[in-house]
Amino acid sequence: MRMKPQTSEKIAKTLIWTAALSVLVVLVAILVYILLKGLPHISWSFLTEIPRSMGREGGIASTIVGTLLVSFVAIIIAVPFGIGTAFYLAEYTRETMVTRFIRFSAESLAAIPSIVYGLFGLSFFVISLHIGLSILAGGLTLAFMILPTIIRTSEEAILAVPQSYRETSFSLGGTKWQTIRKSVLPSAIQGIANGIILSLGRCVAETAAVFLTAGMTLHMATSILAPTRTMAVHFYLLAMEGISMDNAYGTAALLIILVFIINVGANAFVNKAMAKGK
Amino acid sequence: MRKFKENLSGRIFFILALSSISALALITVFIFIKGVPFIAEVGLFNFLFGSSWAPDHGEYGILPMIAGTFIVTFGAALIGIPIALCCAVFLAEIAPAWLRNLFRPAIQLLAGIPSVVYGFWGLVFIVPFIMNHFGGPGVGILAASIILGIMILPTVISISEVSILALPRQYKEGALALGLTHWQTIRSVILPSAKSGIVAAVILGIGRAVGETMAVIMIVGNAPAMPRSILDPVRTLTTNIGLEMNYASGLHEKALFATGIVLFIIIMILNASAQYFTRKRSF
Repeated sequence: MRMKPQTSEKIAKTLIWTAALSVLVVLVAILVYILLKGLPHISWSFLTEIPRSMGREGGIASTIVGTLLVSFVAIIIAVPFGIGTAFYLAEYTRETMVTRFIRFSAESLAAIPSIVYGLFGLSFFVISLHIGLSILAGGLTLAFMILPTIIRTSEEAILAVPQSYRETSFSLGGTKWQTIRKSVLPSAIQGIANGIILSLGRCVAETAAVFLTAGMTLHMATSILAPTRTMAVHFYLLAMEGISMDNAYGTAALLIILVFIINVGANAFVNKAMAKGK
Repeated sequence: MRKFKENLSGRIFFILALSSISALALITVFIFIKGVPFIAEVGLFNFLFGSSWAPDHGEYGILPMIAGTFIVTFGAALIGIPIALCCAVFLAEIAPAWLRNLFRPAIQLLAGIPSVVYGFWGLVFIVPFIMNHFGGPGVGILAASIILGIMILPTVISISEVSILALPRQYKEGALALGLTHWQTIRSVILPSAKSGIVAAVILGIGRAVGETMAVIMIVGNAPAMPRSILDPVRTLTTNIGLEMNYASGLHEKALFATGIVLFIIIMILNASAQYFTRKRSF
């Protein structure tokens, strides 16, 4: 029996609407649940006090500082390499074996699971380079992990710059480097910033790669070579070892808020770039 | 001076690009350096097909973890992929503009939520539900499949949507002009034409499910044994590393790196096939 096209149209569209809306419902369910349970536990002292008795009491200040420092190190290291690679791919070469190989490597880096980055960071930075479990080792590991994101988003932003910008610069006698610095980079900078901010979000959210390389100590970090515990790792340990559900919910809510702010910030850059393009 | 700067900048960009790709080589080398001697010592067959993992007794078989990874991933794909494809079609073809503008950032947020938060939500929300309605311990294959099914949504949705949007307008216009309904156009013109991109999206989504660690640790039960039902707890390759790496030493530590090699190879195969399908895209 064949269905009338109008009937199958209705059924299919109803199914698609249901699937799409159910995804929104799941997202809202996760956000509302964590925020409702967690927000009441966030207070000034929760944010500014160091954890006491394994995190059962006190706040999470040292893990906030740890998260920011590890992410900061990762961004500082990954950004020059990521943007440089993107400019090389977009401006300095045609499609050759070399560029194809670079792209393949970047895609592969993007696909490697974070736990494998953790193993690598442990084996290379922590043990072989004798850096030890530390903010530096954690940041370096995360830098490797976010590199492909920065390369891809920067390359897309550079390729989106209209060809006429480059031609104008060349016609005025500009060299390649002058063209890139004065014409392409200023136009692409917002797209590049978007990628960097999204990578920051990945650093903040990451757990598996960080606890193997940055350690788990709850002390306030004193130097970049000191070990630390990030918020995501702290949350994991609080929840899994049943140390304090209240503080776990508080930390989770704070993580969600941070990720939300980072996403909004990233989108602000994209919208600004689009408004400028019009 | 101008010429000098010109040459220098080109060189520097090339060197930066070269360092970026040497990252992949470095990672490969340092995972294999630690894991390969272990495999040589224990034997590839004993390692891959041994069914008992008991490091205290010198038994290092990861067959249960390979099985666990495959079953959990299969479950996640079964749950996540149909929903993700519906969402991609919804975004590209059906959603009104205002809803699309709400939906895209929502998907981005879904991608940004830390995996530990997903795991935790599964633990306090999905696990009790399974325990009350289906019995068993709650933690296990079903719980992990549901959470992973949600976690792979953003990857599959965004890549499929891009490949649908990349199709030439004429395809859709031609089909509609021939009198096809919107759904007939989607089913018989749009989806088949975007097939390569969608297949790549699905493979990359599967790769994410295989590679996820923290969320799975919290809800999969972590028993290194062969499962008999979808409610049984299992252990995956990633969770095997994540659970034991902190206290492992000696041969045990090397065994975990060897587990990492297996994971790495699976991901590389998935990634290479995803790239093959991406290249095949004609648009």
